[in-house]
Amino acid sequence: MSNIMRESHIMKIHYLTALVAVGFVIIHIIVRVTQGFANSLEFESVIANYESIPYAIVLEAMLILISVHGFNGLRIILLELKQGSAYENAVTYGCLIAMIALIAYGSRTIIMASMGMVEA
Amino acid sequence: MEKDRKEGIKGMANPGRYGIERVAYWLMRITGLGLLFYFIGHIYETSNLLDGKAAWNSMLELTQTTEGHIFLTLVIGMCVFHTGNGIRLMIGQAGFGLGKPSRADYPYTPSSLNMKNKLCIYVSIGLAALAMMYGLGVMYDV
Amino acid sequence: MTKDGALPKGFERPSRSPSQEKYEKVKSSSKTTTLRISKFNPESDSTSTFSEFKVHYQRWTTVLDAILEVKSNYDHSIGVRYSCRQATCGSCGMIINGKPRLACFTKISELDSDLVTVEPMNNFPIIRDLAVGFERLIATHKRIKPYIIRDDSEVTSETKEFLQSPEDVEKYIQFAGCIKCGLCNSACPTMATDSSFVGPQALAQAYRYVADNRDKGKDERLKIIDEPHGIWRCHFAGSCSQVCPKGVDPAMGIQLLRGYLLGYRK
Repeated sequence: MSNIMRESHIMKIHYLTALVAVGFVIIHIIVRVTQGFANSLEFESVIANYESIPYAIVLEAMLILISVHGFNGLRIILLELKQGSAYENAVTYGCLIAMIALIAYGSRTIIMASMGMVEA
Repeated sequence: MEKDRKEGIKGMANPGRYGIERVAYWLMRITGLGLLFYFIGHIYETSNLLDGKAAWNSMLELTQTTEGHIFLTLVIGMCVFHTGNGIRLMIGQAGFGLGKPSRADYPYTPSSLNMKNKLCIYVSIGLAALAMMYGLGVMYDV
Repeated sequence: MTKDGALPKGFERPSRSPSQEKYEKVKSSSKTTTLRISKFNPESDSTSTFSEFKVHYQRWTTVLDAILEVKSNYDHSIGVRYSCRQATCGSCGMIINGKPRLACFTKISELDSDLVTVEPMNNFPIIRDLAVGFERLIATHKRIKPYIIRDDSEVTSETKEFLQSPEDVEKYIQFAGCIKCGLCNSACPTMATDSSFVGPQALAQAYRYVADNRDKGKDERLKIIDEPHGIWRCHFAGSCSQVCPKGVDPAMGIQLLRGYLLGYRK
């Protein structure tokens, strides 16, 4: 990733994603708690949440922001543990691929659930 | 031949020798890793929704146990500490709240490790503990 | 002298000389501690071992004094680097009771322990026993261009020296006190595992020159440190500032330097 972007740009993204994600996580928790924690986890209630487009957008944003922040954090920790260009490339691209895979997997759930494509 | 005396992971993780800032550094790492693994698990857990009500309920049963609640309480604590300490770090790393550079005078107390910073770390730990208690209250409907 | 060979009154020879008396007094008031010295010769040893010595110390005896006493009287083979004995040259950095310190700046009495363990600094290659190699530290220090950069640096008969106000000097003078002892690099948690990290010493020095208003090399230096093993691998654990024997506060310098990269400083 360092070949594509300067480290300062990556870290600015790291800080920004953290700050914005905090806002969305607060919304997410408020929604859960105000519905009553146990009730909010009922199947019908969760489906209703996903079918609300604004909330689905909040979930998607959270998914992207936390994935970017989390996998960049993991990249940083792994880069500091061991050095060498082959290892560092593997860590950087490995984290990037894992991040994209998690976003794709989570987005699939959000899109399908919000479109009602859920098994009966 | 020279033997490189790298401290390694043990030295990096050892929080005891250098004060609360080093403890915060270590906690930040641990909570960050913990939250990432929780997040991956959470995405997988909620994706069971697509397989219908039965699959969702069986997944929910796994998490609605005492162990599940303890784990979730830890996640709440990790999340609050990581957020609080993260904000402190962002402010500090931007160069704010460190004091002004000045001529060093004995006994050379580093102004970047000032009380404001230490207090923020303690407040983050305190808030994490409070949030964990609140979380337990919500989960057990106290 | 009187006829019977006795000295006149007032000129009697004391039974012990003042210096002898002083020595006896000092010795009787001294305490004893055990000094454990790490021994390792990379040419013949596979692991380091410890040699133990009983040493007398006074309130003012430094760890370096004790090591040199052992070296003079018990084991001449101890490898230790030192020079000024007054925390100016930065040669005698070592791990003393688990923390990086200057041996000449650490009094045994301050350690408040019956056992003083000295080891070579962490995160440096060992040359022998307590002496470590500084090649990497010097190389990273050089890498950040530790000098004033500007096109008109040549002083000619028409030019004057670059004037600075006391306020301008205050911005960097703290960081100019670095003696390159390497204690900060030894304490840094990133340096413990990342052998490519620039390190707190070099980063603090980068700030020292960037903050100097005579210098025009800010962009050059920021480019050097803005890389995967550069400034961003500092996580503000502050251990470097805790161990700095000259009050340089490298952690502060690094965070202020980062402010330039984040756009908070110009």
